[in-house]
Amino acid sequence: MDLWYSEYHTENVRFSIRVDKQLYSAQSEFQRIDVFESPDFGRFLVLDGYMMLTERDEFIYHEMIVHPPMAVHPRVENVLLIGGGDGGAARELLRYDSVQRIDLVEIDKQVVEVCREYIPQTAACLDDPRITLHFSDGMRFVRSVVSAYDLIIVDSTDPFGPGEGLFTKEFYGNCFKALRDDGIMVNQHESPFYVNDAVAVQRAHKRIVQSFDLSMVYQAHIPTYPSGHWLFGFSTKKYHPLNDFDGPKWKQKGIQTRYYNTQLHRGAFALPNYVEDLLKNVEGIS
Amino acid sequence: MAEYGQQRAPIAQALQNFKEMRVVPFDVPGHKRGKGNPELTQFLGRQCMEMDVNSMKPLDNLGHPVSVIREAEELAAAAFGAHHAFFIVNGTTAAVQNMVFHCCGRGDKIILPRNVHKSVISALILCGGVPVYVDTPIHPVLQIALGMPVEGVRRAIAAHPDAKAVLVNNPSYYGICSDLPAIEKLTHAAGMLLLVDEAHGTHLYFGEGLPPSAMAVGADLAAVSMHKSGGSLTQSSFFLCGNRVDPEQLRQTVNLTQTTSASYLLLASLDLSRKNLALHGKEIFRHVTEMARYARDEINQIGTYYAYGAELVDGVDVAGFDVTKLAVCTSGTGLSGIEVYDLLRDEYDIQIEFGDTANILAYISVGDRQQELERLVGALSEISRRFRRPPETLPPYPMPEAVLRCSPQEAFYAAKESLPLEECMGKICCEMVMSYPPGIPILAPGEEVTEEAVDYIRFAGERGCFLSGTHDPEVRCLQVLTQRKE
Repeated sequence: MDLWYSEYHTENVRFSIRVDKQLYSAQSEFQRIDVFESPDFGRFLVLDGYMMLTERDEFIYHEMIVHPPMAVHPRVENVLLIGGGDGGAARELLRYDSVQRIDLVEIDKQVVEVCREYIPQTAACLDDPRITLHFSDGMRFVRSVVSAYDLIIVDSTDPFGPGEGLFTKEFYGNCFKALRDDGIMVNQHESPFYVNDAVAVQRAHKRIVQSFDLSMVYQAHIPTYPSGHWLFGFSTKKYHPLNDFDGPKWKQKGIQTRYYNTQLHRGAFALPNYVEDLLKNVEGIS
Repeated sequence: MAEYGQQRAPIAQALQNFKEMRVVPFDVPGHKRGKGNPELTQFLGRQCMEMDVNSMKPLDNLGHPVSVIREAEELAAAAFGAHHAFFIVNGTTAAVQNMVFHCCGRGDKIILPRNVHKSVISALILCGGVPVYVDTPIHPVLQIALGMPVEGVRRAIAAHPDAKAVLVNNPSYYGICSDLPAIEKLTHAAGMLLLVDEAHGTHLYFGEGLPPSAMAVGADLAAVSMHKSGGSLTQSSFFLCGNRVDPEQLRQTVNLTQTTSASYLLLASLDLSRKNLALHGKEIFRHVTEMARYARDEINQIGTYYAYGAELVDGVDVAGFDVTKLAVCTSGTGLSGIEVYDLLRDEYDIQIEFGDTANILAYISVGDRQQELERLVGALSEISRRFRRPPETLPPYPMPEAVLRCSPQEAFYAAKESLPLEECMGKICCEMVMSYPPGIPILAPGEEVTEEAVDYIRFAGERGCFLSGTHDPEVRCLQVLTQRKE
């Protein structure tokens, strides 16, 4: 049998994984949800045809969206996690004792249910009493919240489909308002490599820099995402992602990670020239 | 409706059949199914160009319909509960003007609300009719024109028993409805015709829990902008008549100004949209009403805006409110509606329908999704957070009373000159001066430029109202009659 999952990274580039079997397929109120099992990447979750996570490499994304802000902010207690119904980011957050409450806002309840059943590697943690699940539109949730969170993580899908609103200026502005005076927002920031993705990076960055005084971008290498080169946004009201980064203090917590470390923290903010140019092009343009 | 087979779309079907016949065109249009204009075909799409054809036997003729267009007219009439329906391809402006042309010859009077659309004034210029205005009150906070008061209509009818017709907006741009059933009784008791401008009212025919439509209350003529809430292409419209009107006589009126090269794209869009509304309208407008309600509730929770709804209904100045409209008063943010309108577009990539000094209007339709509503509400909340300033309380300013000195036609065609505002006093205005808000003409052709009118124009300009209609875009000068022969 020759069964493959393919995702078009551009019209002319596709990425394929040999599939052993399809475990789940359904159309939810918001999107099509599929789960496959594969020899090399284990189980993987696909939304509207786009790869969301694989058991094999999800640790990279989830570690990188959580540990950099957690190693900068001196004491994160309340976290708002927008998207991330798979539970991966929540799992990393729960490793910190300081975290008292995580509001996880996922628009699609079915994603959570499917992950609970098929991808316990990320979703098993969702029963933790520190997590409160809200099945709601992220924009709507954050709209009425003022100065409530130390950290907001925007673990969105791509800037089309149900996640579209999470790449808008009104959303970033609402997040700014929902953060405490020393809060940090981290968002998944798409890939800089292919032209269409790079446009999305620029659009998101432009809107974020208009909403926050300081916004920097860092990177990670994620094999199953388009081009493998992925960006994250680090927007902050007070703490600088490098100047206020306390490596030794983070090490003391004794959190075992497979991708993130304190050396890599600094390195992740060192971007290739073409990415720097991409971002600079939209800074200061209203 | 079932016996008329609302699932049919005879014009669209005829176009489809015609395309399949692969007839060789030696007639207009000269682009010959798009082949003669590749760039345009690339731009609009081949299907679109292939459907852009001329009147011919299998496709009927709009000016004298005998087959598929007549059938489509009958289907539309049934769907709207009208005696007959005409397909209009020159815009709802044409439909509104047809209403006036049908009942007003030179010197004939017509009773109008003061917040009448300019297409009615244009029609009077063309036909020589004479307006009799009924003042529409202005809401003290929202600053918008309210309904046409029944008492005002009664007085106008009593004072002008020779008037031919009464025209009512149903609803206004902002969703305000007058007491149409009461006005219908007065109008018909006086032997006049009831004309209804439903440029913003297509959905009243199909939705539930909405104010009554013109045909439902027994009006004689209605201009229905199918391309707004009805989903057809821009510029397409329905013109409806009730039982008191002879449709073939009315067709003579329509043919006076309707093009003899009607676009089949527009005709087919009317045909298919009528089908869609007849079959799914109830569900569509239930959804639209629900979205508008959700947005209103969410916007009102922000605290600085007032998204108004059915609570405005007081049975007098506001007899009904069209709850599919999402009109929002922005005064509580200290920002004008125009400012909010601009911020939404410039800062948040959101284009809304309209902004005036105190209000914005966001058009909600079947094409909207929940996530876009969230963006709109989220952006309004951000605008309030980032740009709010202490609200100014502006005193209400009385609208000047209209003093008609000659017919709009006389004023329009007379020798005229452009004079600075202050020198116009006492002269006869030859043009229309519109102000948004309240969406009421301050002056119309044939009216005396009174001191109050000049004051109001200055005042409206100072507070940032959108003034339009005049030769001078800045409205510092007005065109007035040079010399009136006494």
